[in-house]
Formats: sequence, structure tokens, C-alpha cells
Amino acid sequence: MKSVLVLEDGTYFTGEAFGKAGEAIGEIAFNTCMTGYQEILTNPSYNGQIVAMTYPLIGNYGFNRYDNESDKTHVQGFIVKELSDTPTNWRCEITPEEYFVSNGIVGIKGIDTRTLTKHIRSKGSMYCIISTESGNIDLLLEKLMKKKTEKKSSVMEVSTKSPIHKPGRGKRVVVMDFGVKHSIIKSLEKINCDIYILPASSSANEIMSYNPDGILLSNGPGDPSELPFVKSTVQELIGKKPMLGIGLGHQLLGLALGGKIIKLPFGHHGSNQPVRDYIKGRCYVTSQCHNYALENDFSDEILVTHININDNTVEGFRHKHYPILGVQYHPKAVLGQDDSSYVFDDFIKMIDGQPII
Amino acid sequence: MPKIDKIKKVLVIGSGPIVIGQAAEFDYSGTQACKALREEGIEVVLVNSNPATIMTDTQSADKVYIEPITLDFVKRIIKREKPDGILASLGGQTGLNMAVELAEDGILEEMGIELLGTSLESIKKAEDRELFKKTMQEIGEKVPLSTISTDLDSAIKFAEEVGFPIIIRPAYTLGGSGGGIAHNMDEFKYICGKGLKLSLIHQVLLEQSVAGWKEIEYEVIRDGADNSIIICNMENFDPVGVHTGDSIVVAPCQTLSDVEARC
Repeated sequence: MKSVLVLEDGTYFTGEAFGKAGEAIGEIAFNTCMTGYQEILTNPSYNGQIVAMTYPLIGNYGFNRYDNESDKTHVQGFIVKELSDTPTNWRCEITPEEYFVSNGIVGIKGIDTRTLTKHIRSKGSMYCIISTESGNIDLLLEKLMKKKTEKKSSVMEVSTKSPIHKPGRGKRVVVMDFGVKHSIIKSLEKINCDIYILPASSSANEIMSYNPDGILLSNGPGDPSELPFVKSTVQELIGKKPMLGIGLGHQLLGLALGGKIIKLPFGHHGSNQPVRDYIKGRCYVTSQCHNYALENDFSDEILVTHININDNTVEGFRHKHYPILGVQYHPKAVLGQDDSSYVFDDFIKMIDGQPII
Repeated sequence: MPKIDKIKKVLVIGSGPIVIGQAAEFDYSGTQACKALREEGIEVVLVNSNPATIMTDTQSADKVYIEPITLDFVKRIIKREKPDGILASLGGQTGLNMAVELAEDGILEEMGIELLGTSLESIKKAEDRELFKKTMQEIGEKVPLSTISTDLDSAIKFAEEVGFPIIIRPAYTLGGSGGGIAHNMDEFKYICGKGLKLSLIHQVLLEQSVAGWKEIEYEVIRDGADNSIIICNMENFDPVGVHTGDSIVVAPCQTLSDVEARC
């Protein structure tokens, strides 16, 4: 089946449909990961977005039930060069085509995703539409612009509706859920935390009623400045409990501490974003997916600890007086050795009142 | 790694002839190393026994010795050239072996020459089977199970625990004869029995065979400050057991999921 991809600026690409037939509209993001497509598709931070993979062959190890970052697929539409129809892996349970059909994702293949990416890199991020229903570019553009204007906050869509308790014997951690990834929860479980996952709309009083040892502000989709109520909740909590912000949570922490948000020209989306840690004197290769960042312009109370080596944007900070840490990238500690898993250890040290180096 | 200012002259050890297990990549990396060093204004002396490489062109180094890469010759070159440092880790197996020999000979210490790049300790850890195994166990990485057996009963017990195939290597046999791979208990009993008889000290080394497993490689660069970056991962088209020299390799890996590629 033929399918068409139309960008906000009128550029269009034709390809072949896979997954669900129909239409998908959303902001386009390119991702440079060579593996991890299943994690990307289920990452709540991508809620409502259409993702284009620059790596030319996607789906080669199939899909399984273990690698999801949440309980459902969040990506609105998926753009690839070639979709594998013969996946090979011992854990593979279903083929890519089956996955996209059963999860109702509109996909388009046969697209030169590198040309597409170069285009986005030069023109900046924009909205796009994938359609199997119409070849009329003007009509599709009209639909796209209509959807763009009615843009709404995705955080409330992906956040848990009611509190979830994951019991553990260790520190009690409240996770403010803006679209938390399973791998973050797994990291906390690995260090035995007693975890309460609360809705993004929870008030400071509600959060404090759990008497947490520490508060984790999770990752999530979109623009943090669209969440003023969260900002004021966070402001109330500052200084009361040790806090760790990851991704969107890091931006919200920064905002609450008087920082400013900037929109990146085309975001950081990939698993090879180099970050320099000034405190530890190290460099890490990190996994990231964000379109917004904190401006490197803080009060004297904030110490910028991490910088992205590609574009010098803020990747991490800490507060000079309160036990508060923020990291923009996604520290993973699910399996084996990952460069940046120390963030969770630092969080626990901070809770224990130990100095972190 | 920041430039070490006291080093003005470096001896680069080339990879010698191109053989299976040490292909042209070391010729390339060695040439690049010479170029990089000269860009930093460091005088480069090169020793390589292979005249049929780009590396031994007069452009790549300030001075080129086309001599055998043996302890005797390299020592003579060192004595004559008096370099401040020696770079062996870009010369493949040949270069690494030479670095170990030179260090153990004592000439590096005697002449105050610094071994640049991979340290002697790290080279040994990678080259020595036992040390490598010990290092892997220390950091919690799995290695094929193995044991030393002096009688058939304990050997059979090991085989029952780890399953087949198992590699059998008799200790101290003439010409290393009497070993083999057993795929079932009958073969195992036969090879073990023969091996124990042939071994001068009545001993066999038994090791779990990983033949048929997926073969994955990683190219990693690590610096003195412990920063590391994975340049790429590669997947062998054929499983373990088919020699790389007879097979092809694909970069990046095609059939590993994200968590598998990371762990």
C-alpha cells in the first residue's frame, strides 16, 4: 500500500505503508540509535511524536515482552528506510509487521531517512503527517496545521492516574510520574527502593504525606513550561527532601530553581550523545531524547556539572546547599555496566546525607 | 590523553607480516599512529619487518628500520636511537609480544623508556589465558567452565555438569597429541581415557566448548582517565568454530537487541 509523509514546510516523501493503515500527525523527531527501537517506541517521552530512524534497517531482532519502557506504545508514527521481515533473535516473539499492526501504529518505509534527517537538521523541528488515505498534499498540510494548533500537554496523558506502590526494603522514593520509563523504576528496584509512583498532578502535601526519603522527578514528553502547576509543586518541595530530576524532571527542577528553558533546534535523540562530567572529570556516552533544555544561565546557587560536548548545552546540575541533582540524559542500570548508572548511587548517597564526589 | 611533554622521540613497533588473526588493520593503525605523532612534532622511529606496507614508506616516519621484529634487533635499534617512549599497541600481536619481551628484558627500565599506550599489565592480562580468566572472574564476567582432572570419574562428573561439547587437552603430551572435542559421553570417555594415558603427568584440562555460539566483537577506545567509547560492535556471520579468517564480519551487530548489545 502506498503512503505519503508530508512535512510542515510542504516537503513530502512517498513510501510504502506498514502497520496500521490511516493517518498519524505529530512532531517529527529523528533518532540515531542503531538498536533499541522497541525502547524508543514505548518510551513515554516520545508520546505524540513521529519518529524517523536514521539507521537504515529496523526490526532485525524483532520484538519481545521484556524490553518495553512502558505498558504501551507512545510513538504516534514511525518512519524507516527498511523494515526487517525476517527478525533473528532468541528472545524475538513477534515480527515487526505484527507488532505495528497490533499496536496500531502508522508506519511508512522506503523513506531515505538520512535525507529526511538532514532536512530537519537544517530547517529545525516541525510537524508532519503520514497518510495512506490521501495523496493530496494541500489537504494533508491543512490537517497537519489544524492538529498543530490544538497541541496539548502529553504529560497528563502518560502520567499514572492513581498512585502505584512497588514495595522494597530500602529507601522510600516517591516518583513524580511525568511518563517514567520502566528502566528507571528497574534501576530503583535494583537498589531495593520502596517506590511510590504518583500522578504528575499530585500536590506537595500529597507527596510529603508518603514521608519519602527522596523524590525522583521522572522523564517525560514535551515542554516543561506547559506544566506551571508542577513547577510550583516542585518549588514547595525544594529543601524539604533530597531530589533527583531526570530528563523532563531535570528541566522542571531547573525551572523551579529559577532557570530558563530553551528549545533545541532539532533536539538530542540518540544513544551516542557525549557528555562531560566536570565533577568526576569523565566523559560518558549517553542515551537522550529531548527537544528542550535548560539554558546555561542560573543563579549562584546552582552548579552546572554536566555539559553536552556536541553543543555545550546543560546536561546536569546540582544545588550548592540543598541535596538536589538533575541530569538531562537517561542513566540506565538495567543490565551490566552502563556508564551513567552512578546517578542512582549518588541519589542514595544524597539521601543518606553522604557527600557525593 | 594529553600530550606528555617530555616525550620527543618515539619508537613505533609495526605489525610485521600480514597473517590470519592479524590482518591489514594494524598496518593502517600503525601508519595513522606515525602520522598523529608527527603532527604533534614528535620524532618517529619505526621498526617493521614487512617492506610491502604503506607504513614503511619513507613518508610515514622520520626513520624506518626494515628489520626482524625480534628482541635482539629491536634492542639494538633502541640502543642506537635512544627513544623516550615506545608505542607497541598498534602493531597487533607482534607489537604486543615485543613490548612484553622488551619490558621483561629490562632494557626499557635501564634506558628510562616509557611504554606508551596499553600498559604491560593490561597486555599480560589480555594475552595470558589464566590471567585473562582470573581478571574476567574478578569483574564478574562469565568465562567457559573448565577444570583439571586426573581420573576418569571426576572428568565424567564435570561433563555431566556442563554438558557437551567439551574440549579435552592432555597436559604434557609429546606434540600435544591426544586431545579433541567430545560431543557425547562415549567420545568423551574415549578421548579422556586416551588423554590421561598419554599425559606424562596423567592429567587432562577440560573446558566447556563454545563452538556454535554467536561471535560478537567490540572495538573500544579507553584513555588514561578511564574514559571509554565503543567505536562499533561487530557480529560474525558464522558461529564460533568457523575461523574469522574463513568467514565475514558485519558491523554493526544485526541480531542483538539494545540490552544485549549493552551488557
